[in-house]
Amino acid sequence: MIEAHGLIKSFGPRAALDGVDLTVERGECVTVVGPNGAGKTTLLRILATLTRPTSGTVRIGGLDPNRTGSEVRRLIGFLSHRTLLYEDMTAEQNLRFYARMYDLEDGPARVDELLGQVGLADRRHDLVRTFSRGMQQRLAVARALLHRPPLLLLDEPYTGLDPQASRSLTDLLTGLAGEGCTILLTTHDLDQGLAVGQRVVVLARGRVVYDERREAIGAEGFVEMYHRLTG
Amino acid sequence: MRFIRKVFAIVAKDVAAELHTREILSAMLVFSLLALFVFSFALDLRGAMARAAAPGVLWATAAFAGILGLSRSLAREQQTGCIDGLLLAPVDRSAIFFGKALGNLIFMVVIEVALLPLFSALFDVPLLQPEVLAVTALGTVGYAAAGTLLAAIAVNTRAREVMLPVLLLPLAFPALIAAVQATGELLEGSTLADVGGWVRLLVVYDLLILAVSMLTFGYVVEE
Amino acid sequence: MKDKDVTGLLLVGISSLTVLAALGMVFLYAPREATMGDVQRIFYFHVSSAWVGFFAFFVTFLAGVAYLARGGRRWDILAVSSVEVGLTFITMTVVTGSLWARPVWGTYWTWEPRLTISAVQLLIYIAYLMLRASIEGPERKARFAAVYGAAAFVTVPLSWFAIRWWRTIHPDILTGGEGMAITPRMVHALLVSLAAFTLLYVTLLRQRMRLERAADALERLRVGVMRGG
Repeated sequence: MIEAHGLIKSFGPRAALDGVDLTVERGECVTVVGPNGAGKTTLLRILATLTRPTSGTVRIGGLDPNRTGSEVRRLIGFLSHRTLLYEDMTAEQNLRFYARMYDLEDGPARVDELLGQVGLADRRHDLVRTFSRGMQQRLAVARALLHRPPLLLLDEPYTGLDPQASRSLTDLLTGLAGEGCTILLTTHDLDQGLAVGQRVVVLARGRVVYDERREAIGAEGFVEMYHRLTG
Repeated sequence: MRFIRKVFAIVAKDVAAELHTREILSAMLVFSLLALFVFSFALDLRGAMARAAAPGVLWATAAFAGILGLSRSLAREQQTGCIDGLLLAPVDRSAIFFGKALGNLIFMVVIEVALLPLFSALFDVPLLQPEVLAVTALGTVGYAAAGTLLAAIAVNTRAREVMLPVLLLPLAFPALIAAVQATGELLEGSTLADVGGWVRLLVVYDLLILAVSMLTFGYVVEE
Repeated sequence: MKDKDVTGLLLVGISSLTVLAALGMVFLYAPREATMGDVQRIFYFHVSSAWVGFFAFFVTFLAGVAYLARGGRRWDILAVSSVEVGLTFITMTVVTGSLWARPVWGTYWTWEPRLTISAVQLLIYIAYLMLRASIEGPERKARFAAVYGAAAFVTVPLSWFAIRWWRTIHPDILTGGEGMAITPRMVHALLVSLAAFTLLYVTLLRQRMRLERAADALERLRVGVMRGG
């Protein structure tokens, strides 16, 4: 699903990513952990086609974002700690807008379905500005899943969520993974990271320093090793 | 066409958001009224002087009010990272430009619709003739287009909104001069044919700015 | 790292000679103008710097387009260097125009077309540099500046036409039509001045670009030291 080779992203003389190779198969669930400044957000933004790498190649679903940007974007659902929602519109208006931007045939119906799934159907006519953080995150999830993307990219999605909301999110992701969705999420919280993914990748100083399946990791040893790797 | 549908979707979104809050339009309107007062008092505009100054005061007011609206409209996209939401979608970057520009144009036109009768009454000038409206529309199109592109740039700077007038006004000179001169002549009884030169200049300006913006907007919003 | 910049020295030499030649022609060869007297000699420098001011921005425009199309720091180096050098020349245009206006028309400023368009270009130059100063990161700086340069440049010819027509309809009561009797000798002096100023521009441009490249190298070293320790 994802094939990234030699990704380098520099801002002037500083390199946020310094040669990252990452391959994710269809249906895999991968967690990228790393300290702040390791390059997690940069990596995710490149994979989401929001940023172009300084050098290196990316293929999403076999497609090249530089050539077929629109096709690639249809495959991707993106969730960030920023909600990407318009605060001055209602929940329904937000989702309907995005439904139009993704050319969804069954726009209104799909919007209704997702509002129901995330439990916001009764707040559909309320301005997003009036929502709590947890509710906004739920609506953001709805937005990300609107076009049924086979690939879900999440950038520190647990930021600012209370334990209940975190649990809901984890359940949702597990459910999606079960349906064959490919998931890649980043976090600096090790516990959350180990909870979700089948595979754990550690990013430090712009490089992949560790990449193993979860079964191969012993929980205690991992924490120690993580701190060693990330200095 | 999908492209056009998305342009209109973006316009509809901006209008919907504005209908909920009315913050952009009210700010532009209040500012315009205040500017009108300041100009009238500062320049002591009465009688013949008022009539002569009307086109200039109108466009100066519209230009500054427009800057307010343009800044806010683009700032809305930065708020919660919404511009990323737009960039993630399978939509042409130029469609995003046209959507935003058309929205900004609508806001400016709404304000002008409110201002023109007011100016006509206060300055005792027949601004509500179709020729003047046509010239005003042409000028506003170019200004909104240039303003949208430059506001998208300005919003990425440290100075933010303060940068926009610095960037926009020097580029808007051709449109402003043409619109003011043409309006002035029309008010003195010339026909649209008489001001043909100015009209042509406005059309060329609009087309050039739209072309440049369409081609470069992607470079502004994408990293 | 001894680096004898032969081309640079050559350029400095040639432009110095041409500037001296121009000075000679302007003050000794060109005749005293009938209406305005010796003050009119500013005209040669005024027009020459106006030409360079415009040309410099044209170079920035092309460099910006090249940057957007192909990428590459060198295009941005060219763009910013040309703007800075051009700013000097366009400022000279406005100042010489003002100095010329005072004794001839009794005022420091007239809204005559060439002076006005120079003022507009001056404002655009300043806006361009302010924009660059207000953006973080060399890649973003280059990208946004290139877009602004392109948008700004296409409006300059339109501004020129607009100002010309404006002044045709409402002639400046002071300057009216250009009241200067041009003789062949004046044309020669003007051509030499134009050549001198253009060479001066190229020399300064090259120096500015070398300065920018050196700054880049320094930054790379600094980052390398900070990282490697």
